[in-house]
Amino acid sequence: MSADGVSVVPEPAIRTRGLTKRYGGLVAVDHLDLEVRPGEIFGLLGQNGAGKTTTILMLLGLTEPTAGEVRVVGLDPARRPLDVKRRVGFLPDSVGFYGTLSGRQNLRYTARLNGLRRDEAEPRIDEVLALVGLTDRADDRAETYSRGMVQRLGIADALVKRPDVLILDEPTTAIDPLGVVEVLDLLRALAHEHGLAILLSSHLLNQVQSTCDRIGVFAAGRLVGSGTVEELAASFGLPLDDIEVVVGVPAAEAPAVEVAIRTVPGVTDVVAEHGARDDRAWIVRVEAGRDVGTMIRAIVQAVGERPLIRVGRRRVELDAIYRQAFARTDAGRREEVAA
Amino acid sequence: MSATTAPAGRLPVGWAVIAGKEFADHLRSLRFLILVVVLGAAAIVPLYFAADAIRASASQVSGAKAIFLALLDLPPRGLSVPPVYGFVGIVAPLLGVAFSFDAVNAERADGTLARLVAQPVHRDDVITGKFLAGLAAIMLVLVSVVLVIAGFGIARLGIVPAQGEIERLVAWLALTFVWVSLWLAFGLLLSVVLRRAATAGLAGFGVWLLLQIFGQLLVGLVTQVVAPVATAATEQQAVALQNLSDMITRAVPLTLYQEAARVILDPGQTAVSTPATVGQLQQYQQQIPTLLSLQQSLLLVWPQVVILVAMTAVCFALAYVAFMRQEIRA
Ligand SMILES: Nc1ncnc2c1ncn2[C@@H]1O[C@H](COP(=O)(O)OP(=O)(O)OP(=O)(O)O)[C@@H](O)[C@H]1O
Ligand SMILES: [Mg+2]
Repeated sequence: MSADGVSVVPEPAIRTRGLTKRYGGLVAVDHLDLEVRPGEIFGLLGQNGAGKTTTILMLLGLTEPTAGEVRVVGLDPARRPLDVKRRVGFLPDSVGFYGTLSGRQNLRYTARLNGLRRDEAEPRIDEVLALVGLTDRADDRAETYSRGMVQRLGIADALVKRPDVLILDEPTTAIDPLGVVEVLDLLRALAHEHGLAILLSSHLLNQVQSTCDRIGVFAAGRLVGSGTVEELAASFGLPLDDIEVVVGVPAAEAPAVEVAIRTVPGVTDVVAEHGARDDRAWIVRVEAGRDVGTMIRAIVQAVGERPLIRVGRRRVELDAIYRQAFARTDAGRREEVAA
Repeated sequence: MSATTAPAGRLPVGWAVIAGKEFADHLRSLRFLILVVVLGAAAIVPLYFAADAIRASASQVSGAKAIFLALLDLPPRGLSVPPVYGFVGIVAPLLGVAFSFDAVNAERADGTLARLVAQPVHRDDVITGKFLAGLAAIMLVLVSVVLVIAGFGIARLGIVPAQGEIERLVAWLALTFVWVSLWLAFGLLLSVVLRRAATAGLAGFGVWLLLQIFGQLLVGLVTQVVAPVATAATEQQAVALQNLSDMITRAVPLTLYQEAARVILDPGQTAVSTPATVGQLQQYQQQIPTLLSLQQSLLLVWPQVVILVAMTAVCFALAYVAFMRQEIRA
């Protein structure tokens, strides 16, 4: 597949510079700089109308950028559309198929448009149908498919041409939870084992967090942050070294535990959280520069003989970042309005 | 960016793949069945009734007059049905629009358009492919119907077409090809510009109806004008009136087609329509009946053909341009 084409320092499969799209007075995408490298899954995250779909359309030359530069597999999609499109698999949002044709016939059409010979197309079609779990229904008319099956067929369709780059607009919409896990596993395998560059947009934070190597947070057409979850947390000023402590004590004993933790040197703040059943939970903030491991050992000692259920570094949750990002942009907008 | 050159060659001809798929879709569609029934029944049934009339006239007319073409040309006696070419002139626009009004907008609505234009085909290939598929479907049925009529003529009436008649038949089919193309291109334009298939269908049908009624009114107008031509105060006056009505008539594409079809199918037709200048008028009145060669007939209708081709090209170009610049948001 494409893995053998990847050089030591892969150049970005997708790169934009100052990419801008205006609809009349509305700026849908505002000076976007983006890079996705081979072997990497990049997640575009943003609220409705943030400009995710518009960005994707510009990457494929399906809508003209107002300004800025796009390079996909090193080429300008406006100038060399065919060379770009033969190497990019695309799943549009609300994808559809020809209802009177079977799933397999639909894929066959895509294969022919991509110049696959019949003898290479047929095994490939079987392969991608199996990948998305549609082998059983492949010969039914597409109009009899459920929404989730259509979505799966859409992913198969994007893969038929053996692309180097995958661009997926909300790929897991309408797919059931178990199916989502399969699809995300498939995407990870494609990127990490076969070296595809994958760009996907989504609203589903935990999916994005568990699947994407890097994330771009979009707000009102602007990329307000990008990087790994940790990098994002850092750039939004979210503490990375918070420690979560869960102790199995009744409510009456909770203040004593809290005081004990508070007295540990280096602890700046202790915030009570909701615990399950009889458990009490706290988030412990520590001074910057303290070693988290040492702090955890000290906290364990402070808790003493009480039943310690869990202690550890709190996982950075994407939704905290998300809330932070949009709290900021909303504030920014309000300032703009006031000015 | 030298490391990322595209893999070599072997991309298919986009429009051919698209046309192939669309044509196969057409053949399986309900509208194709309707096409067969409409063209078949409406062309062959009047012919059946016309057979007697043709047989009767066949004995009177000398062999020089194209009797075989009368199969297409002769209005069935006693029936208020137009001759075959007139009928084709009326229904071809409907068929053209029926095979193209939803070509692009239905794909947009079904979410297949974004997928299609994300494949390595030029955008104009989508338009061209769909156009050719529609044209192929309609012409397939039309040519079949003409062959059935010819077969009927030969077998039942014993009229064997002369070489020249076959040539004229082919010329007429070519003209009809252009005529169908015009309406296909118009339907395609509607399907690109109007986002809803139902709206596009209605618009196409509306334009056809308008031209149909407009055309009918003009026919009435022209016949009213033609009568006083002979008795007009001065010849100049008559000619001026005539010029005016001719000009209006020409604006209706149906008239263009029917004039051209009549001249091509009937070597006895020595003028496209009514005379336009004093000289022509005098000529016309003094004319002894003559038969034209196919070349002369074609020369006579050349302007009509050129205008039809130009109209088709304009519709096609507009559809191209509109589609090229359109955003394809699923
Ligand atoms: N054809 C259009 N004309 C005018 N404005 C448009 C057009 N298409 C999109 N927009 C606007 O551009 C902005 C970005 O839209 P876009 O579809 O990219 O959002 P999105 O991030 O994909 O949202 P969602 O999560 O709902 O899919 C929105 O404000 C939208 O209203
Ligand atoms: Mg979107």
